[in-house]
Amino acid sequence: MSVRKLFEEELQALKNELVEMCRLTENMIDDAITALVEHNRELGRSIKETDKTVDEYEMDIEKKCMRILLKQQPVAKDFREVSTALKMITDIERFGDQASDIGDIVFNMPQEKYIKKLTHITKMGELAIKMVHESVNSFINNDEKAADAVILMDDEMDDLFNTVKDELIELIKKNSENGNQAIMLMMIAKYLERIGDHAVNVAEWTKYNETGVHVKY
Amino acid sequence: MKNKAIDNFSDIFDFNREKVIEIKNLDLYYGEFKALKNISMDVKNKEITALIGPSGCGKSTLLKTLNRMNDLVEGCKVEGSITIGGADIYSEKTDLAALRKNVGMVFQKPNPFPMSVYDNITYGPKTFGIKNRQILDEIVERSLKQAAMWEELKDRLNKSALGLSGGQQQRLCIARALSVDPQILLMDEPTSALDPISTGKIEELCEELKKDVTIVMVTHNMQQAARISDKTGFFLLGDLVEFGATDDIFTNPKDERTERYITGRFG
Repeated sequence: MSVRKLFEEELQALKNELVEMCRLTENMIDDAITALVEHNRELGRSIKETDKTVDEYEMDIEKKCMRILLKQQPVAKDFREVSTALKMITDIERFGDQASDIGDIVFNMPQEKYIKKLTHITKMGELAIKMVHESVNSFINNDEKAADAVILMDDEMDDLFNTVKDELIELIKKNSENGNQAIMLMMIAKYLERIGDHAVNVAEWTKYNETGVHVKY
Repeated sequence: MKNKAIDNFSDIFDFNREKVIEIKNLDLYYGEFKALKNISMDVKNKEITALIGPSGCGKSTLLKTLNRMNDLVEGCKVEGSITIGGADIYSEKTDLAALRKNVGMVFQKPNPFPMSVYDNITYGPKTFGIKNRQILDEIVERSLKQAAMWEELKDRLNKSALGLSGGQQQRLCIARALSVDPQILLMDEPTSALDPISTGKIEELCEELKKDVTIVMVTHNMQQAARISDKTGFFLLGDLVEFGATDDIFTNPKDERTERYITGRFG
């Protein structure tokens, strides 16, 4: 097999692992929101276990990137693809951390009726999953437009977060006994909003991969 | 570190200008074969410019036009212009000795003269009429120091240069080129015959030399071009496909052909 062909196969294997790592984090976010909506403490706790697998993926992909950099000394688009993958896994790993943190909160929440409808938080969860999926896929498919779309989605995420925040502040003002649950819901919303920020980071790296220029949005 | 004893021909060349080499619409023919096609590029003062491309693409040919080594090739015809230090080097009035004194050359294979280290270094200065032993001693010391070899060779000056290792011979050749105080150094794959340690030494040397001279280097080693050059030109079939900042060429080349070549996808 030619050295070039070997390199292309290594790169493809790397991308396959990235897709798998990303899919795990999407499931984790989905589980976290389901656990919240259904008061399912056990499901909340189980997310932590998947996070260990995500961490292992990060270590493994990192090792593979380092090996390619060492052995192939890639340049141009090859270099950008490997360095983009290397940078992206930090953000993908953070997707998993945030989902795991939400799971922890759900596990520790008292089993009581929610002080508000979870419509907006659920929407944030759906949007987070979409942003995670689209950001990593934009890299896999070399799709700069898809990356731009993810960056735009973050405005929607911020709007949802502000809506949830305002609602919770009002609920605390109305009745201080709402405070405990309001703070927990607020933290969950913040974690989801942070997932959006990390997805934007991934999208920015995709744009670097396509253009050679890294711009922060 | 300059060897002031030798005339710099400053009445002919101005080596303080920013664009020390200006190549405009250069065509070069070997008989009927057009080896270089409409090349235009500028080389900036005190920079390292790397020329890359597959074998037979014209990069060494271009290098040799810069000190008119191609004059020696039968049937070689040059059109367009090359200006070095502001002087048109293909003008009939060009003093070849003055040109080659200022535009030194180092080749792929170390080619020390079969004589002592000392005589290798002083060969050039002597041809420029320097006979004073003290001045020649100074030139030897300065040149070897510039080539970072003084410490290892100061006690072996009278030994044959052919007894040195390949890496030492190549650095001696650089020292020899430096002995006449050139302003530009042309290097044609200077490390392709050397081991990694000797290669590293030559690369370090180039970084040091950049303070005093402009370097144009042909290399087949992509990493070497990426490591040490400021600008890189990619040649293919006699065309200068892309020329720009080395960082840009190696991270984000504009031309698909450059991308394919440097990532090893040609063939």
